[in-house]
Amino acid sequence: MTSYEARFKVWRGDAEGGGLEDFKVEVNDGEVVLDIIHRLQATQAPDLAVRWNCKAGKCGSCSAEINGRPRLMCMTRMSVFDREETITVTPLRAFPVVRDLVTDVGFNYTKAREVPSFVPPEGVGPGEYRMMQEDVDRSQEFRKCIECFLCQDTCHVVRDHEENKPAFAGPRFLMRVAELDMHPLDAAAESGLDRKRTAQDEHGLGYCNITKCCTEVCPEGIKITDNALIPLKERAVDRKYDPLVWLGSKIRRRST
Amino acid sequence: MSVVDRQEWDVVVVGAGGAGLRAAIEARERGARTAVICKSLFGKAHTVMAEGGIAAAMANVNEHDNWQVHFRDTMRGGKFLNQWRMAELHAQEAPDRVWELETWGALFDRTKDGRISQRNFGGHEYPRLAHVGDRTGLELIRTLQQKIVSLQQEDHRETGDYESRLKVYQECTVTRILKTGPDSGSAAGRRVSGVFAYDRESGRFFVLKASSVVIATGGIGKSFKVTSNSWEYTGDGHALALLAGAPLLNMEFVQFHPTGMVWPPSVKGILVTESVRGDGGVLRNSEDKRFMFDYIPDVFKEKYAESEEEGDRWYDDPDHNRRPPELLPRDEVARAINAEVKAGRGSPHGGVFLDVSTRMPAEVIRRRLPSMYHQFKELADVDITAEPMEVGPTCHYVMGGIAVDSDTAAARGVPGLYAAGEVAGGMHGSNRLGGNSLSDLLVFGRRAGWHAAEYAAGTADARPPLDDVQVDTAAAEALRPFSAEGPEPGEEAGRPPENPYTLHQELQQTMNDLVGIIRRETEMEQALKKLADLRVRARRAGVEGHRQYNPGWHLALDLRNMLLVSECVARAALERTESRGGHTREDHPTMDRGWRNINLLCALTDPTGGLAATDPVRGQIALTRETTDPIRPDLLALFDKEELVKYLAEEELFE
Repeated sequence: MTSYEARFKVWRGDAEGGGLEDFKVEVNDGEVVLDIIHRLQATQAPDLAVRWNCKAGKCGSCSAEINGRPRLMCMTRMSVFDREETITVTPLRAFPVVRDLVTDVGFNYTKAREVPSFVPPEGVGPGEYRMMQEDVDRSQEFRKCIECFLCQDTCHVVRDHEENKPAFAGPRFLMRVAELDMHPLDAAAESGLDRKRTAQDEHGLGYCNITKCCTEVCPEGIKITDNALIPLKERAVDRKYDPLVWLGSKIRRRST
Repeated sequence: MSVVDRQEWDVVVVGAGGAGLRAAIEARERGARTAVICKSLFGKAHTVMAEGGIAAAMANVNEHDNWQVHFRDTMRGGKFLNQWRMAELHAQEAPDRVWELETWGALFDRTKDGRISQRNFGGHEYPRLAHVGDRTGLELIRTLQQKIVSLQQEDHRETGDYESRLKVYQECTVTRILKTGPDSGSAAGRRVSGVFAYDRESGRFFVLKASSVVIATGGIGKSFKVTSNSWEYTGDGHALALLAGAPLLNMEFVQFHPTGMVWPPSVKGILVTESVRGDGGVLRNSEDKRFMFDYIPDVFKEKYAESEEEGDRWYDDPDHNRRPPELLPRDEVARAINAEVKAGRGSPHGGVFLDVSTRMPAEVIRRRLPSMYHQFKELADVDITAEPMEVGPTCHYVMGGIAVDSDTAAARGVPGLYAAGEVAGGMHGSNRLGGNSLSDLLVFGRRAGWHAAEYAAGTADARPPLDDVQVDTAAAEALRPFSAEGPEPGEEAGRPPENPYTLHQELQQTMNDLVGIIRRETEMEQALKKLADLRVRARRAGVEGHRQYNPGWHLALDLRNMLLVSECVARAALERTESRGGHTREDHPTMDRGWRNINLLCALTDPTGGLAATDPVRGQIALTRETTDPIRPDLLALFDKEELVKYLAEEELFE
C-alpha cells in the first residue's frame, strides 16, 4: 500500500459566510474523497460538517462540488486526481449553506410534494397488476434516481437564478412527472389530471433548454434529458398545439 | 420547568426506513396524527442499501410455493430459534404487503406474463424474492416515501397543511424515550409519554409528546469495524428500549454476510449482494475449487447438490435437481469462507473469489446486477464481467433485538412502546434468510403502526403527562460532551477529554476481533473488560465547536448506545455455550438441542435509569434465561419427523 500527503481546500462556514481552509492530509490506496473528509474530521477538524450515509453510492447524501464539479464524495476516487493537485471541496452551490459542506436541500422536498402522486387504476386490485417488462423499462430507469440532487444543483435554470426556483421543479422532479406519465397503469388521465400539461404549466418544463448538464452529472447514468425531458416536451407540445393528435393517441391506446 | 419546545402527536415513529415508514403510513391511515423522526434526510435510510429483494410466497415463478413452505424455510434458516408466531405471520402476510406496494406505484421486474418476477436466494426453496435488479431497497424506500407524500397531499387538500396529520422530522436524533413519572398513578405502571430529541442541523432540543412510540431504528453494525452498515446503525433503538426498561432478546446472534468487498481497504465491508449467487455466481478458493461442496452441514445434507453438475442443472431444472451449496443460509457460507481463508486458500487480499464472469454473458451480468457492476468498476477497478470479485464476511444484520409481542409488535413491560424491523428481535431466530428482512419491515411495520394507533386512540381521554424531570435530565445528558474538559467527581483534575472518533475506532476493533464471526470464551471476557474501560473513557468524550451540525458531538452521544448494545452482544455470546446460526463458538462448536428453546434476555442492571457507567466491573447489563413457548402442533406438522429430531429435544417432540 502506498500513501501520500494530499493538499485539500475545504469550504468552512455557515449562512453568515465563510471561506476555503487549507489542509494537508494522508491518502491511501483506493480511497475516495469522502474517506479524506472523514480523516480530516477524525484528526484535524472534529466539527467539520458533512452529510453522508451509505458510502456506497446508493443513498445520494454526500453530494458536494469537487474542483467545481457536482459529484458524490463517496464515488469520487482519489486516483482520478494528480497527486500534486490541490483538491477543492465546496458545498452544493444552488442551495443555501447550513454549515461547511452541508446545504439546505429543502427546495427538493417542497418540489416533490407538488408532483401529484401515482393514481392507481380503478377496478384493479392488489395482486392483479399486469405489466410487461418492456413497458416498465423506461419508468424503472427513472426510478434508479437516488435523489442526490446533483442535477438540481447543476441545472443552470436555478444554479445562479434564485428567482426561477418557485416556477421550476428541476430535472429530478420533471423526470418524476415523466416517470408517472410513462407508468403503464397510472390512471391520472382518467381522474382528470393531465400530467403533460402540468409539466408545462405548473413545473416549468418550458425553462429547460436541453443542455444536458443534468445528464452529465447523474451518478446513476440516467439519461435524464434524452429519455425523460425531451419526450415529455414532445408530448406536452403535441398536447398543447394539437389536441386531436392527443385524443387520437388515447383512443388507439384504449382499443388495444 | 424546562424551556424545551414541545409538540403533541398521537404516534411517534423513530426511524424512517422500511419499517418506520410502513408503520407511519398505517398509523396515519388508521386516523392517528403521526410524526416520523429520523437521523438522515427523508428517503436516505439504510433500507436503501438492500439489494436482493423482498421474500414473499406469491408463487409467480414456481406454482408450488405457499406460506407454509416460506415458514419452513424461515425456521430452518433460523435453526428453529425463531419466535414461530412471527415467522408464521410473516410468511402469511408478505405477499399482500408486496402487492400493496404496486398500488402505491412500485415497479418491480416482471415475469413473461406480466406479474412480479421472483428470484432465487439462499435458504429459500423456490424463487421467492420480488426485486428490481439489485436495487430493491431503493424501490421500497422510494415507494413508501412517495406514499407518505401522497397522504400529505391528501391532508393538504383537506386542511391546507401538508403536515397536519403526518410529519417527517428529518435529521433529528432521539436520545431518550420519555415515560410518565413514578407517581402518575396509572394502573398499568409507567407508560410512554413521548421522546426527547435534538435537531442535528441546529442542535436545538425538542420534545414530541405521544401516547405511543414505535421504534424502527434498524441495527447495530457500526459497533464493528468491517460492516456493510451505514453510520446510522449505532443501535439507538436497542439502547432507547433498554433505557426505557424494555428487555432485548438474543443479542448474541449477529449476521455476518458472507460476501462483502475486501479491497480496497476504504470500501472493506461494503455489501456484494447474494443475488450474485442466486443468479448463478460461484465461490472458489485460490486452488480454483468450488469449496462450498465441502461445507454442507448434516441438517441440510438432503437438500443440496452433491456435485457441480447437479448444482448447475438446478438453475434450469429445479424440480429434478438440488440447489448448489453456494445458496446455503448465510451463516454457513460465511463460516466456510472464514475457514478457507484461515487454511491459507484465500485470495490475495484475504477473501475468496466470487465469480459470475465465467457463468453468464457480460450483457446479462450488466442487466441483472447493474449496481454490482458499477460498484466494482468505480470503487475497485474490477470488471465483474471479465474477472472474479474478491469477497469476505462483513457484519450485516442483528437478529437479536427488542423483545416484542408477535401479533402487536408491543415491547415488553413498557405500555405504549412498539418495535418493528431489524431493531425487533425474534422473527429470524439465530440467522436471517436473505430477502426476509424487507418483508419483515413491511409485515411488522404495518402491525406496529396499527397497534400503536389503536393504543393511542384508547388514551385520547387520558393523555400520558410529561415528566419534566426526565426532560431536564435528558437535556443535561446531551450537553455533557461540551463540558467534558472539566474534572469528573472522583477523577483527578485536568485530564484531557477523549476524542470520540478514537473511542469509536477502538470499540469497532474490539468487537470485530473479540466478538466477531468466530467466538472464544477468553476473548469475550477480554472484550467485556475493554468495553468497561471504554465506557469509563466515553464519559469524558469531549467535543469542540458548537451545537450546529456538529458530527463530533453526534458521535459522542451515539457512543452511549453502541457501548450498551456491544455489552449485550458480548454478554449473551459468552453465556450461550453452543454454536447456532449467527453465533459460532470455537469452544462449543456444535448446536445443542438443549439451547433450542432458550432465549437470553438483556436488561439494565440499574433499572432506575441511571447508567452504572463508572463501575467497570459490574457492567450495565443483566442477563436472564427464558424458555420459549412450544411450537404450535399444526406448525410442527409441516416438517418431517426426521428433520425435527435434528433440532428439537426429545421431550419437545413428544409433547
